[in-house]
Amino acid sequence: MTNVKKGASYLYLGLVFLFLYAPILVLIVLSFNDSMSRTVWGGFTLKWYMNLTSNDNIMGALGTTIRITLSSSILATILGTSAAIGIHYMKKRHAAIMLGATNIPLLNADIVTGISLMLLFTRFTPLGEFSVVLAHIAFSVPYVIFNVLPRLQSLSEACYEAAMDLGATPMYAFYKVVWPEIFPGVLSGFLMALTMSLDDFTITYFTKGAGVNTLSTMLYTQLRKGIQSELYALSTILFLLAFILLLVMNFKKDVRKEAKTK
Amino acid sequence: MINRFRTSFLAAPYAVWVLICTILPLFYILGYALTNDAGGFTLSNLFAITDAVHLKSLWLSIEVAFVTTIICLIIAYPVALILHNLKISNKGFVVFLFILPMWMNFMLRILAWQIILSNNGILNSILSAIGLPTVHILYTKTAVTLGMVYDFLPYMILPIYNALSKINDQVVEAAADLGANWWTTFIKITVPLSKDGIISGIIMVFVPALSSFVVSNLLGGGKVLLIGNVIEQEFTLARNWNLGSGLSIILMIFVLLSMSIMNKVDESENGGMLV
Repeated sequence: MTNVKKGASYLYLGLVFLFLYAPILVLIVLSFNDSMSRTVWGGFTLKWYMNLTSNDNIMGALGTTIRITLSSSILATILGTSAAIGIHYMKKRHAAIMLGATNIPLLNADIVTGISLMLLFTRFTPLGEFSVVLAHIAFSVPYVIFNVLPRLQSLSEACYEAAMDLGATPMYAFYKVVWPEIFPGVLSGFLMALTMSLDDFTITYFTKGAGVNTLSTMLYTQLRKGIQSELYALSTILFLLAFILLLVMNFKKDVRKEAKTK
Repeated sequence: MINRFRTSFLAAPYAVWVLICTILPLFYILGYALTNDAGGFTLSNLFAITDAVHLKSLWLSIEVAFVTTIICLIIAYPVALILHNLKISNKGFVVFLFILPMWMNFMLRILAWQIILSNNGILNSILSAIGLPTVHILYTKTAVTLGMVYDFLPYMILPIYNALSKINDQVVEAAADLGANWWTTFIKITVPLSKDGIISGIIMVFVPALSSFVVSNLLGGGKVLLIGNVIEQEFTLARNWNLGSGLSIILMIFVLLSMSIMNKVDESENGGMLV
């Protein structure tokens, strides 16, 4: 690549990053703004961070969000991984039917998924945190299945059989042979389920019922009354945590790579 | 030997789950759509789409979703290509930087655009500081489209990037060896081989853009009424669940229609995941 072309590509990437990160920068700046107004800079302050833990509203919503996100993504991972293994060993025709049904939540519009689940839930259970967890599992299981399946497909059955021939029990052979191979798929499925659940608004909004609020739905109701500045502080913290986590994971991978090349 | 039949029963809990939480809800929404509040059969909830107000918002949704998808594609393809050609060791890190914004609450990110775009907001301050005329796009279709491009851009970048990484570099080199210039190689080799990624990207942007109601609420300020907004209002304000369900079914039909068009374009499709 010539230098001009290289420079132009970096400039382009930089512009797209600016576009993606400009709003985040604005929110981070707002979290340090000593003014109730969103457009006036009233000086630097840390008070929104200080006040954060004493704001019961926000802490409650954060707790709800964490409970819903963790329980739904863990359950979706268990359900999805066992489903992927089952589907992998099914007859082709049956597997095709299952995969077709699995695609439905991915392809359907969020608003339709949310509404259809709400219509079902209102018949059988009062809407609340439990119904939101069910709804989140419903839209995140497909991500797990489609992350685990390719791993299973590239798995050699001979290894598993060899383990069995050498006297391993099916459980032991699975744990020692199959699991290490599919684990990266399970992990990326789990992370996708986690991200989707954390970022979801529409489906939560329709299935939550009164009184239950995640951070997203709380923000939506606050839009009219004005956002509490502590929320900027909280999301800055969450964002930085994700960023640090990413850096650490990246660093670890580099170390492992270096160890391998040595 | 693995007992395939017995192992396949590991999917049994999921099969039950699919029936209850995927298939059954669709029947519920269809049931509501085809009845009136007294419970009698009617098609009027479906035909309500021909109402001038509803038709206008459906058309507006299609227009906004279409423009959003095109802009995303135009921005995303070069990004994916540059990322693919990047000669650095931890490419995964750079790719991840495109997903990271999703960890900042999406409602807040769109709200930030409201602050950036408002009449005396950041964008206009910058524009007037460097002597350019200010723009007044908040609460217009343009702002809604911009918000959607912002929100859905990663969904276009990632599938195209994945498709590009699957291309065998030797094919591209062979084309160059046979005398094709950069542009010919790009049009004849790279684009056709990344078609799957492009189609996944288009579907993953177009469908949510078609049905979104939050972005239009925040950046359209109630003046840009998309079909998603109409449906939401039927469920929350008007409390007419039957009409809301009817319009949802119409929306679903349009989603399916757009996808079957895309699948026609992509005859080589072999099932599987869109992501």
